[in-house]
Amino acid sequence: MTSFLEALAWLGDPAHWSGPSGIPIRTAEHLGYTVLGVLVAALIAVPLGLYAGHTGRLASLSLALAGAARALPTLGLVTLFALLLGIGLGAPLLAFVILAIPSLLAGTIAAVQSADPATVDAARAQGMTETQILARVEIPLGMPLLIGGVRGATVQVVATAMLAAYVGNGGLGRYIFLGLGARDYPQMLAGSLLIIALALVLDLSLLLLQRLTAPRGVRAA
Amino acid sequence: MTIHSTRRHLLGTLGAGGLALGAAACGGSDPFEEEGAAGASDAGGGSAGIVIGSQAYYSNEIIAELFAQVLEAEGYTVERQYQIGQREVYIPELESGALSLLPDYLGNLLQHYDPDAESASPEEIHAALGEALPEGLRVLDFAAASDQDSYTTTSDFAAEHSLTTIGDLAGVEEDLTIAANSEFEVRPYGPEGAKEIYGVDVSVVPVEDSGGPLTVQALLDGDVQLADIYTADPAIAENDLVVLEDPESMILPQNVVPVVTDAIDEGAEAAIGTVLSALSADDLVELNRRSVVDQASSADIASDWLSEKGLV
Repeated sequence: MTSFLEALAWLGDPAHWSGPSGIPIRTAEHLGYTVLGVLVAALIAVPLGLYAGHTGRLASLSLALAGAARALPTLGLVTLFALLLGIGLGAPLLAFVILAIPSLLAGTIAAVQSADPATVDAARAQGMTETQILARVEIPLGMPLLIGGVRGATVQVVATAMLAAYVGNGGLGRYIFLGLGARDYPQMLAGSLLIIALALVLDLSLLLLQRLTAPRGVRAA
Repeated sequence: MTIHSTRRHLLGTLGAGGLALGAAACGGSDPFEEEGAAGASDAGGGSAGIVIGSQAYYSNEIIAELFAQVLEAEGYTVERQYQIGQREVYIPELESGALSLLPDYLGNLLQHYDPDAESASPEEIHAALGEALPEGLRVLDFAAASDQDSYTTTSDFAAEHSLTTIGDLAGVEEDLTIAANSEFEVRPYGPEGAKEIYGVDVSVVPVEDSGGPLTVQALLDGDVQLADIYTADPAIAENDLVVLEDPESMILPQNVVPVVTDAIDEGAEAAIGTVLSALSADDLVELNRRSVVDQASSADIASDWLSEKGLV
């Protein structure tokens, strides 16, 4: 309990809110790594998920691979990639992408497949092309599920992005590693609290977005 | 809190007992033996159970195993509790008597008890530890072998700028960065110390694997010009790296020093002493190399070394 109060005092110290290693900069870096990781993962997982979900091809294979990828230990990946790529942002970013893909892929496939087959058939009977069916029927109907995939991936990456600091980057992980190494536990706890707060903010924002994108009359989320 | 104060109380009792027994170190205060065997486990018997711990650091486990085997050869019963993690975890175990011996390092052990301790010679740190340790704990002699932080660079960089000491870095024109754990930033031998003592400007690139493969890689890749690599790391010789000398003793000396409880009697202390006086800096590097490169077990590494030195 004492350390919790000390961590709050650390957070309240104005000295920790300015400069290149101040909380605003570190939070921005942390958020940047998260967004970048999820974005790159989405560029890979969303098109693949749309294809797999719409055609039914590769769906079980990609889900199985994605499931297996969830078991990869991220710290191990960061170390492995950093030995290959050197220190810097490349190695942790690659690990975050691998971490984010399973949720995004599963979310996208589920989103496309959630559309009622009768609705899809009706669209096809009206003469819609397959691309139109995907873009005008399946994606809008499944949007809350797709956002749900983004939400899961984001929360995972934001909670893991502290590992960027393991190999020479910034982010809120710097407070955790410095606190751990220098036995400055209030600082370590403060870093953790900031990450928790950031994760909650992102989670709630995406939840809100999920609600807002639900088509009228459909409550898929 | 209750557990904590009970432990304090027990420690006080043990301390008082130790005082009553006088300066001659007897093996009577092992709390495991306290009830009945306190008298029987006196120095002559040599059969008191000794519990040896080690940090969660492969090199530390090898040193612990050296002590374990040399004690077993003397007829002591040894229990091994290796890989206990950090000082915050094992020091209370030593203070409570659950562990009786653990190989530690001079400077870091002193800083655990006195965070403001300044760097000094190994002898001075050893003397300061005598004062700083709580009752019931003591350090034995320290070994020549040490495993300490360093300003290490590649042989190319050292040759290019003719570097032998940390102070020579002051003449290097380019911006200097050192790959190290992030706490290096706040250590007395970190950037501030380098500036103050040697007039060298260096900034830290945090790489959090404690001088491990990533830190070495960052140095070899040229991402940094310097790296904090522990001096007993076989990677230094393997990659032909140069450890810059520290004539002003800016970096805390980290010679191997066993921290023990009263469960270590005179006979045990003498046996451990044979290892300590034989263990040179090069020996420790070689022991580590056998673990890292040859993947040998700590038990094999220890028994090979002890028989090579004729200690068992």
